[in-house]
Amino acid sequence: MPGKLKAKIVAGRHLPVMDRASDLTDAFVEVKFGNTTFKTDVYPKSLNPQWNSEWFKFEVDDEDLQDEPLQITVLDHDTYSANDAIGKVYIDIDPLLYSEAASVISGWFPIYDTIHGIRGEINVLVKVELFNDLNRFRQSSCGVKFFCTTSIPKGYRAAIVHGFVEELVVNEDPEYQWIDRIRTPRASNEARQRLIFLMSGELQRKIGLKVLEMGGNAVVGYLQCFDLEGESGLVVRAIGTACTLEKLSSGSGTHTHPNTAPASNACNSPSKDGKEPVFGEDLPSSSGPSTPFRALPTSSSSPPPFSPSKPCSRQSSSSDTDLSLTPKTGMGSGSMGKDAGPLKTLLRQQTQTALEQREFPFFTLTSFPSGFLLHVGGVVSARSVKLLDRIHNPDEPETRDAWWEEIRQEIKSHAKALGCHAVVGYSESTSICEEVCILSASGTAAILNPRYMREGCLDLGGSDQRFEDPSPSSCGFCHIPYDELNMPFPAQLTYCFHCRRQKVPDVLFTTIDLPSDAAIAGKGCFIQARLCRLKKKGQGEANATAISNQLPFMEYELHTQLMNKLKLRSMNALFGLSIQISVGENMLLGLASATGVYLTALPAPGGIQIAGKTPGDLNTEQHILNIQKRINDTIAKNKEFYEVNPPDLTEEVVGSPIPEPRLRSRLFRSHSESSDELSELDLSHGKKDAFVLEVDDTDAVEDIQSLLTDASPPKGFYSCNTETMPGIYNWTSALQMFTSVRVLRLSNANLSNQALNKVFTDLCENLLKSFYFKLRSMIPCCLSHLVFSVAVPEEDLIQVAVTAVAMTFDKDQTQDKPAEKPITKGCSEAEDQLQFSLELCTDSSSINSQSSSKNSGVPESSHLSTRDRCSTWLELLRLKAHTIRRGSVKTISSLEHSSPLTDGRSRSLRSSRSFGGSSVSVVKMTPLSFLPGTRIVKYVGIINMFFIRETTSLREEGGVSGFLHSFVAEVFAMVRAHVAALGGNAVVSYSMKDCVLMENPNKNQCQCLINVSGDAVIYIRETDQEVTGSTANIRLSCTSSADGAT
Amino acid sequence: MAVELDVFVGNTIIMSEEVYQLWLDGYTVNDAVKVRMEGGVLDEFDAKADVVLSDTMDQYRTFQMCERLLHSPTKLANQLLFQIPPHRQATLIERYYAFDDVFVREVLGKKLSKGTKKDLDDISAKTGVMLKSCRRQFDNFKRVFKVVEELKGPLVENIRQHFLLSDKLARDYAAIVFFANNRFETGKRKLQYLTFQDLAFCAGQLINNWTVGAVDNMVEDMDVDLDKEFLQELKELKVLITDKDLLDQHKSLVCTALRGKTKAFNEMEANFKNLSRGLVNIATKLTNTKDVRDFFIDLVEKFIEPCRSDHWTAADMKLYLTHYTNSAHILDTFKHQVVWDRYMGVIKSCIFKMYHD
Repeated sequence: MPGKLKAKIVAGRHLPVMDRASDLTDAFVEVKFGNTTFKTDVYPKSLNPQWNSEWFKFEVDDEDLQDEPLQITVLDHDTYSANDAIGKVYIDIDPLLYSEAASVISGWFPIYDTIHGIRGEINVLVKVELFNDLNRFRQSSCGVKFFCTTSIPKGYRAAIVHGFVEELVVNEDPEYQWIDRIRTPRASNEARQRLIFLMSGELQRKIGLKVLEMGGNAVVGYLQCFDLEGESGLVVRAIGTACTLEKLSSGSGTHTHPNTAPASNACNSPSKDGKEPVFGEDLPSSSGPSTPFRALPTSSSSPPPFSPSKPCSRQSSSSDTDLSLTPKTGMGSGSMGKDAGPLKTLLRQQTQTALEQREFPFFTLTSFPSGFLLHVGGVVSARSVKLLDRIHNPDEPETRDAWWEEIRQEIKSHAKALGCHAVVGYSESTSICEEVCILSASGTAAILNPRYMREGCLDLGGSDQRFEDPSPSSCGFCHIPYDELNMPFPAQLTYCFHCRRQKVPDVLFTTIDLPSDAAIAGKGCFIQARLCRLKKKGQGEANATAISNQLPFMEYELHTQLMNKLKLRSMNALFGLSIQISVGENMLLGLASATGVYLTALPAPGGIQIAGKTPGDLNTEQHILNIQKRINDTIAKNKEFYEVNPPDLTEEVVGSPIPEPRLRSRLFRSHSESSDELSELDLSHGKKDAFVLEVDDTDAVEDIQSLLTDASPPKGFYSCNTETMPGIYNWTSALQMFTSVRVLRLSNANLSNQALNKVFTDLCENLLKSFYFKLRSMIPCCLSHLVFSVAVPEEDLIQVAVTAVAMTFDKDQTQDKPAEKPITKGCSEAEDQLQFSLELCTDSSSINSQSSSKNSGVPESSHLSTRDRCSTWLELLRLKAHTIRRGSVKTISSLEHSSPLTDGRSRSLRSSRSFGGSSVSVVKMTPLSFLPGTRIVKYVGIINMFFIRETTSLREEGGVSGFLHSFVAEVFAMVRAHVAALGGNAVVSYSMKDCVLMENPNKNQCQCLINVSGDAVIYIRETDQEVTGSTANIRLSCTSSADGAT
Repeated sequence: MAVELDVFVGNTIIMSEEVYQLWLDGYTVNDAVKVRMEGGVLDEFDAKADVVLSDTMDQYRTFQMCERLLHSPTKLANQLLFQIPPHRQATLIERYYAFDDVFVREVLGKKLSKGTKKDLDDISAKTGVMLKSCRRQFDNFKRVFKVVEELKGPLVENIRQHFLLSDKLARDYAAIVFFANNRFETGKRKLQYLTFQDLAFCAGQLINNWTVGAVDNMVEDMDVDLDKEFLQELKELKVLITDKDLLDQHKSLVCTALRGKTKAFNEMEANFKNLSRGLVNIATKLTNTKDVRDFFIDLVEKFIEPCRSDHWTAADMKLYLTHYTNSAHILDTFKHQVVWDRYMGVIKSCIFKMYHD
């Protein structure tokens, strides 16, 4: 009996009136866990019952503890008829299962009913006593921590990054079971909610087991998704990155000396004893190191719903020649650093052996400790169209597993073709319409530093350091990982504009965040490509084939749009690229979002030239000249707006005159089901000059027009879809997280592709415009982590849901800020700072002081000896860190002083409150992994919640908008309540995974499903010295924060 | 291309005070958009009507959802649905319970019943306050009235605690409740010149001095009902006008004190008996509920109007009433000093407040 769960029902408040006669309620509570149920007494005639129950004790397996939620039902007692349910609360007790997180769940939870929404609140106390079970055949994985955050959580350091973990579980969807015909909508919704809670619990437990087997203790970048496959079932799947995390010794470790911080207690952790060196063999899957995987040729292994796929030529050739993933190092010695060549090869082989043993060297992380990422190849993506069939045996969801396996293999082979041994910033998604399902996966091919893969990697500064890649961190990741003479695709290479020693591509597309030490010019910019394609309605295989035939063209067009828009802003790299393709009955939607940046290591992008197809025609020429002028003006305007003023480059060294033909892209993708065409398809614009846009027909004109209609944000606003806005470093603490949903009904059924595109583009643009307008009071402000998700819920409906955060920053940002940036960032977490300084240390001692000193903005000091320089550097860094720290302290405190009125007023208000005692504490929410101006001191648990809301009185609730508005507000409220009950005061890495809306206005009905996740944390203001998460402290720090837009 | 659905929800409530005011004032969404567009604040954002419309809709929905909570403001502080910073909560409540003086002037002293509610459209037409806003204000009065009706303790304090209002607003509500409870007549033509603030001030005086609460502060309705015993005692003041000697003595004392100090002395002397009779009669009749209702009209008719027709200045009025009150203390046979002071204190300050054009 490895666990005892205890729950106590304290009180309720604001209950709804259940008895019309007395205007009161006779409430009691049922507490259920697994199959055991307890009841409280009835508290008669009150809307604010005080049950103060005994402790209800459940003795359960830890397996159940992980899978099951605690289910609390509030009912109204009725002597004569059946008791009426008021609502339910599901509490995920997972956060109580690991020692460092919350020790008790205690607080007010909204009582939720799927038909009526929130109906009052209930105060609950939950505790768990866990007896450790050392049985090695156990099925539970208590103690493995889960983080949604896609970087190493603050306050931790990654001792080892083990790699990719994935799992999926399937079940029948209760909504589609026969019983649903006879039960109430409420019962059906509740069955569904409960089932999904169970499934995600089970999923998490299974992933935890895999992590334990690998020797890890945590999952970072945990991404869980639901596929509502309708008739064929319900799939819950998750991917993540297994790590061994260590808590940094002191919470405020910012002042610790770099060399003392990495406590080497990793070896003491029991999970790793003996296991680690051979963890490859521990993998449950069959592909051990001895078995080379069968890369793509999947025609035989994948169940072919329609025409069996043939691998594209490039893939097959690569799978024939080097399955072992060996980068072709020897063949292109020219591209490698001259002196470091052999060492690098050795290094790579080490890395490779570490990575080779893994089935999938994938990482769901998007930002990494400094030095982790050596080179970035480019975006790799794969899509596949499948026909859904009923899952016959839910216990062995083989087909779904096989589908994903196939896609991952493809991704892996793409990465290999780019000369990379790993994929970072990896994610998976689906889009389902009726029986057709598009599976997508994408990531960024990369070469990683091996020292994070192995045991003993903690001993930084040891012998490993000599093998360290000599590239400076500010440009190293831009250097091509593939071989110059054997390039996977045609590309224009130049010598790195930073170190001048290695080759870089002309543009770089990635799915990850901008590395914190990357050298950039100006600010970043949100770039979006939108595309809408009509499709004939169809069924079965024909439909699937039609879709898969369209996909490559859509990707091509999206890619072209991105490229042009990037040029229009005179930038040369995209970060955080995500391409979403959604399928509907009669159309396909494509939406690519990314953040454009000017990387100073890469060559400057040229302008865009317009060329007419028919020279001689005066009218056309004039027209073209006009367009050209407008384009040039836009580029100039954008340059100014985003402050893209690249440092003067010595052009003659590179010798790439502008416009240089053949600028190539890094996007590398394929479709398993339509690979025949694919092998012919070259995303790099074939023989045409990428800079030259040809105006040969009206479509092209409209394309160019639409290029120019993208309005830049109003003054004072910036936007991006990455974690932080490149080029803005001085955040102030005000933030406003928001979710916005818009659905457009296409009134005219016979729209052309062009018109449809315009409608879709306008929809997205208008959304952005309305964000700027609503949040105008926060100027200067940046919309960060703008995540758009599109769907086609019904024929002729386009749905766009956006979640993002608006953050204010200090306008008076000095120009030399970029040089200090790594330190600024490092202030918030000891880890970063430490890594950075160490990096510098090695750099300066081993090689090339010139380049490294140049790019970190410190004046060159060649007369100093290496050692001297090293120490002065550190000195300087520390000094800077201090001044910045002091500076930020100052601004924060002045901010607090500037609003004494607000504070005073709030306090007086609180004191005058006579009712209910405590006021509700503020819970901040953000999709980012950090809160500006604060330090996260503790992660108290992962939040993963699923809600269904339904109404049969849509008009009365204010139509669909009114219905969804209150539902979204309710979801926020429930997330906040759970976080507060865990003792947290913020949610980071918040995301809304799903928002599925089904309406039937004629029947006055509507149903909506929302899935959200994030990490509950306790933060303190950077100024507070105490590291105690005492609520008083927190409340104080929260109240003075600005409340966002008015 | 119809926008089927459009919502924007922030983790912290997103509202603009301007839009909140438009909502409170009863503007429809479309009218509010018009007003905002004309306001011109949006020019720099080159905001199109659709952007403003979408923003206005979002806020209107938020306010509608909040309205239920605003009906019992204490809930707003510990509800979980919306995250509202404390200063925002205060603004939301204070503005929601704010009212138009022109509107409240119309319903002051009327019974807060369904009947009155039916007349709201007339009031709306007369005052120019939108019907929707009238309804909200009227319902607020009714709600506050209902809650404090059965509570013990000081009226203003009760209102402030249960509705989390500012001191000023709580006092105004206390006045409204007091007027509604005692059904003072305020609608007569002769009283039209009085503003709500005049009457609210008088109500404050009455509450503080003439109610049960002025003596005992733990009784139900203590601040709403006039002190019956006191009203009874007021009858004793009759002696001031019935006893001829006393009346003459009083007059001569007052006139001695006033002589040479004011230009209106002759009128004061001539009118003394009349005015004194008027004030004392008001006092003696207050045991009668009907006469309580006519308190203000009586004050105007019996005292203020005669003075005004004699062109007394405000200073004259002050001087006269001060000496009129104080001289009564010197009358040897007049034994009801305490009651007299309690009565005249209120009368004095009410008349001062009410004596204007």
